[in-house]
Amino acid sequence: MTQGIRKLLIANRGEIAVRIIHAAKALGIPTVAACSEADVDSQAARMADEVHILGPARADKSYLNVEALLGALKTTGANAVHPGYGFLSENADFAEAVLAAGAIFVGPSPDTIRRMGDKAEARRTAQAAGVPVVPGSPGELFDVESALEAAEAVGFPLLIKASAGGGGRGIRLAENAQQLTEEFPRSQREAQAAFGNGAVYLERFISKARHIEVQVLGDGQHAVHLFERECSLQRRRQKIFEEAPSPVLSQQQRETLCASAVRLTESLGYKGAGTLEYLYDDATGEFFFIEMNTRIQVEHPVSELITGIDLVQAMLRIAGGEPLGFKQSDIQLNGAALQMRLNAEDPARDFFPSPGLVEELIWPQGEGIRVDTHLYQGYRVPPYYDSLLAKLIVHGADRAEALARARVAVRRTTLTGMASTLSLHGVLLEQNASIRRSNLYFLPAFLQ
Amino acid sequence: MAEHPVITPLPGTFYRKATPESANFVEVGAQVSADTVIGLIEVMKQFSELTAGKAGRLSAFLVEDGDPVEPGQVVATLDDE
Repeated sequence: MTQGIRKLLIANRGEIAVRIIHAAKALGIPTVAACSEADVDSQAARMADEVHILGPARADKSYLNVEALLGALKTTGANAVHPGYGFLSENADFAEAVLAAGAIFVGPSPDTIRRMGDKAEARRTAQAAGVPVVPGSPGELFDVESALEAAEAVGFPLLIKASAGGGGRGIRLAENAQQLTEEFPRSQREAQAAFGNGAVYLERFISKARHIEVQVLGDGQHAVHLFERECSLQRRRQKIFEEAPSPVLSQQQRETLCASAVRLTESLGYKGAGTLEYLYDDATGEFFFIEMNTRIQVEHPVSELITGIDLVQAMLRIAGGEPLGFKQSDIQLNGAALQMRLNAEDPARDFFPSPGLVEELIWPQGEGIRVDTHLYQGYRVPPYYDSLLAKLIVHGADRAEALARARVAVRRTTLTGMASTLSLHGVLLEQNASIRRSNLYFLPAFLQ
Repeated sequence: MAEHPVITPLPGTFYRKATPESANFVEVGAQVSADTVIGLIEVMKQFSELTAGKAGRLSAFLVEDGDPVEPGQVVATLDDE
């Protein structure tokens, strides 16, 4: 397609910037690494065809600086921007500004980003597409009688949440009708005191929840899924270990879940790669949509390994105006893949950040092992950004083989000069049974 | 009257206030105790408090709000009276 991408600006850093450059090179697209002064000697800057400095180290002066990025487009003559993940990747105003500058934003439309970025709107969109959401009261509640009535449909245990709340504040748990009767007025008073608004609503509490998400790709007309990933091993809401497919879903559940994701994606006329996050209730086998990420994700490689589809190349092709080029029936689930995040954090010091100089660095090699990273020997990991150093990704014919390869990959990795979460993965991989059993609450308890 | 340096053990970004909208933790000239927070150091998105480490009068900041810092760098100075 001649309307396609002539030169790509990468508005990101770290391993994902490297990953995007690899994909662009494979498609013959020249790249510009737009980076901060702190990242001039980064792997992405070394690999890209051109480097454009956005500004000082601080993200708000560089990677979050819309004016600087628009200036970079103009100066370099790039006609497309890949935002990666984090930073401005889900900022609808930025996407809009890129389009207004006459360039291509590698991702969905600003309207779609905005719509799915609004939790209530995303929930309504999901419901309209027939996708289950966490059961909740239809609106705000003002007295115990209507709360008890609403609770019959929501089911116990449930959470009483302040409408105006956020960040986990103003939430109370009720396990039965009596607790709801007692807690409801307290919640109202708390909400009034904390937020100046006493309105509360009810939501089902899923005590044995797993985080399962579906990878989708759309070209604006059609959408396909690349099966699901499970990311239940989390610490402080940060994913640590991810896998595809989920070890707990039956084939029937998988089909129902993934079909729901495609339905929602097509209802949006979605263009690009996206992820629909669900909570899976271990006790009942139900799944509920929680939100959609309208960008590429850190854990995308596990989906690539089980399907053989290069997601970042697909994003660039779609953004350049090409259709998907394959149907759902062309995508086969092949084996199992796991990803371990190596972060510059010290497990022995409560995961305190540990930036530093990469001294000795040896990556594992062998069948089914992939490493996505921006590290090189002698590289100084700056303290200003995310702590992700690398992703060890393994693929096997089944989960057992993938786990065996993961152990080999961890053993054969050497990284000195800073503390990292490598040792944590070594320990976790000895807990195979636990990993399989684990839900969102396993890792915090295990680390205690 | 002796001058004491307040040194950051961490690399990262130094902030004199908790959020862009808040007031500074301390102003130059203020009396501080050893555990008075004089700023935050952000390292890889985690924030750590930097305390004065010693009682005295805060005589100067050698680093501006939002500046990068290296481990061992003097962030501020104290006078003991």
